[in-house]
Amino acid sequence: MSDAIVPLRTNFAVFGGLMVLLLATVGLARFDLGRGNLIVAMTIAAIKALLVLLYFMHLKYSHRLTWVVAVAGIIWLSLLLLLTLSDFTSRGWIDVPGK
Amino acid sequence: MTLVREPVTAHEDYLDAGYSLKSWLLTTDHKRIGLLYMASITFFFFVGGAAATIMRLELMTPRGDVLYTPDSYNRLFTLHGVIMVWFFLIPSIPAVLGNFLLPIMIGARDLAFPRLNLLSWYIYIVGGLLVLGVLIFGGVDTGWTFYVPFSSMFSNTNVIGAAVGVFIVGFSSILTGLNFIVTTHTMRCEGMTWERLPLFVWSMYATSLILVLATPVLAITLALLAAERIWGVGIFDPKLGGDPVLFQHLFWFYSHPAVYVMILPGFGVISEIVPCFSRRTIFGYKFMAGALLTIALVGFVVWGHHMFVSGQSMYAGMVFSLLSFIVAIPSGIKVFNWTATLYKGSIRFDTPMLYALGFIGLFTIGGLTGLVLASLGVNPHVHDTYFVVAHFHYIMVGGMVMAYLGGIHFWWPKLSGRMYPELWGKLAALTVFIGFNLTFFPQFVLGYLGMPRRVYEYAPEFQVLNVMSTAGASILAVGYVLPLAYLLLSLRYGSRATANPWRATGLEWQTESPPPTENFVEPPVVIEGPYAYSPEAAEEADHGHH
Amino acid sequence: MATTEAALILAPQFDDAEQQHDSDSLGMWVFLVTEVMFFGGLFAAYAVYRYLDFPAFVAASRRLSVTLGAINTAVLLTSSLTMALAVRAVQLGRRRELVYLLLATISLGAVFLGIKAYEYYDDYLHHLIPGSRFAFDGPFPARVEMFFVLYFFMTGLHAFHLIVGIIMVGIITFLAWRRRSVVQGTTQVELVGLYWHFIDLVWIFLYPMLYLVDIHR
Repeated sequence: MSDAIVPLRTNFAVFGGLMVLLLATVGLARFDLGRGNLIVAMTIAAIKALLVLLYFMHLKYSHRLTWVVAVAGIIWLSLLLLLTLSDFTSRGWIDVPGK
Repeated sequence: MTLVREPVTAHEDYLDAGYSLKSWLLTTDHKRIGLLYMASITFFFFVGGAAATIMRLELMTPRGDVLYTPDSYNRLFTLHGVIMVWFFLIPSIPAVLGNFLLPIMIGARDLAFPRLNLLSWYIYIVGGLLVLGVLIFGGVDTGWTFYVPFSSMFSNTNVIGAAVGVFIVGFSSILTGLNFIVTTHTMRCEGMTWERLPLFVWSMYATSLILVLATPVLAITLALLAAERIWGVGIFDPKLGGDPVLFQHLFWFYSHPAVYVMILPGFGVISEIVPCFSRRTIFGYKFMAGALLTIALVGFVVWGHHMFVSGQSMYAGMVFSLLSFIVAIPSGIKVFNWTATLYKGSIRFDTPMLYALGFIGLFTIGGLTGLVLASLGVNPHVHDTYFVVAHFHYIMVGGMVMAYLGGIHFWWPKLSGRMYPELWGKLAALTVFIGFNLTFFPQFVLGYLGMPRRVYEYAPEFQVLNVMSTAGASILAVGYVLPLAYLLLSLRYGSRATANPWRATGLEWQTESPPPTENFVEPPVVIEGPYAYSPEAAEEADHGHH
Repeated sequence: MATTEAALILAPQFDDAEQQHDSDSLGMWVFLVTEVMFFGGLFAAYAVYRYLDFPAFVAASRRLSVTLGAINTAVLLTSSLTMALAVRAVQLGRRRELVYLLLATISLGAVFLGIKAYEYYDDYLHHLIPGSRFAFDGPFPARVEMFFVLYFFMTGLHAFHLIVGIIMVGIITFLAWRRRSVVQGTTQVELVGLYWHFIDLVWIFLYPMLYLVDIHR
């Protein structure tokens, strides 16, 4: 499955990228971007996670099935978060007490 | 690199592979583990059934008289719910028949992780004994749903003990699901393509997806509940800044998909029995497999229909209601396709077929009443009434338990190497069908008229229907004890089963009854689809006999 | 492959080494998905309460040390690098290198736990541990306490996983050091590596969620 041997250069490049992104996320958090702060922080976290998944966890070199499993994890987590939030975010839409 | 294979000891028959207690308790043979599960869930089924019996006795009269306090009634229905959901229904078909059949049906020697399989049985037993201890010595009065803030702040019963037990047994489900998924992907024999998988295997796969994706959320939710109860820190309690509806979201994110764990395996069993006893290939194989997966997937986005009166946003309610209706499409496909399979078939009414036909009818009633409950406008009228109780018992008892019994009879020759007594089998199947309907149909009416669930006293005008229900429950009890008796007796007195007594297709019928430890003497090669039956051949064979 | 010239154990249910490796690897990935959903319940609770009580989350988050969190993130990312290099070492059959890299991974994991423990101790001194001794002199103390409940639950569960990870890497290190046949194949190291990287993945999200809610002035 993940029998590919990842070159040293790739490993170190990914590590460097992760460190730069870490500095970026701390740095950008110091600016007031309003709602943008959350979006920026989560986008950077997602890119970092993707780097770890693709190179350190060898997903890039893996079976299609492994991709399906990884993507399923992301989709199901999103279902849980989005549908739960759909309740809390839409409660104030109409002027009925408690709704 | 040299390959060293761990030695395989060949035996004639998995039941003869050892008679000591150790040979059972330390086995890694999926067939023996299936039987360990069968013994354990049978025990839990009768414990949960005993609780139901006492509840039905209490409900014969409008006044509380059998039990001393309403609180004991609360503890009883909690015991009934927790035991039946987590220790009978969820493991029933997957852990018993799935364990036994899945590897054989795909031509493998065992599951991918046999030791993990044994571990999951031990986890089940540890969780089961803990919950049983808690529920019997002391009891829990929250209902199986453990709703906060009652469970975290107000209940004086041992909620934590029950939550820990359910938390533990969840890992048993996860490991079984993981094992089945990996096995289905990597262990299929030569020629066993995805299009040739028996529908039972598809149903196990769909079930496993749910077990693996949903159960962890229940585990963390119970952990949060326990933390709130133990340390009094706010998570769900509104007094401490929490929102109890969040608990319901997390709980039903698991528990709604979990009710499909309590029906999809039944679909799988029925899809094996119906073609065999009508000598027809299944109608619409690809749609049947697709419907199983669709139900498993859509089941994850409908949970809010349990929360229409919880304070959930009306818009979320509308979305969840709409999504819930989608489940009717794949469910309809299944019912129509079973019916179409029967059409022009050469039908035989053996015991498994009686259960299968009963299943189709009762599941249809349970499913259609589900649509009533999923309607945003109708739901508040029947919410938390006996209508709900009747609805889910039609699915879980009329559906899943009937399918489980049908499957046990169908594969009994394979499991035990013996035939069960056919006449007794038919009698028990009819008893279950009659008893079931008499028990639960009146409950639809009761709920529609407004009798709330989870009460031990009720208005006098409901008594006639309640007496009918209790009478039905006593018939149902006979229907459940009968198979226990004659199946056990058949182990000693039953005639020896041939390899394929039903002249069924499928790899499990190509090997001996009971199968050898390694399942097949020669590794099988599959060359055709799973349901190569023909009614003409069946007629000719019958004529040849007479 | 000079140093891995040894027997690979094939369990009886498998036909060949490839089937065994594919099964083990798929099993680990499926297990990691269950872990995602396990943390997912906490993420959902976090999302809901952050939406409902944003000002309280801001006030609470500012009590955490952004610097210590960043250092810990760097430590954990580095441990992922050493783990990835360890997988490379076992693939190339370099046993000595493998042992050193695994030891480095364990050490970095321990450093992370040490810093985390120091942070917990600091929280204890400032009465930020939820429960009867909790005290917060700013606005909405009950909702701030909720943040800390989630904070301790999430970081605590993460730390628990890290401890399990350290134990597993420790076992593999010991076996590699003793030249036991179990690690002669690459599978065991790969699987433990996947688990280790997963722990890192969780932290990658926990850090901005908990430490960086709103730190600008």
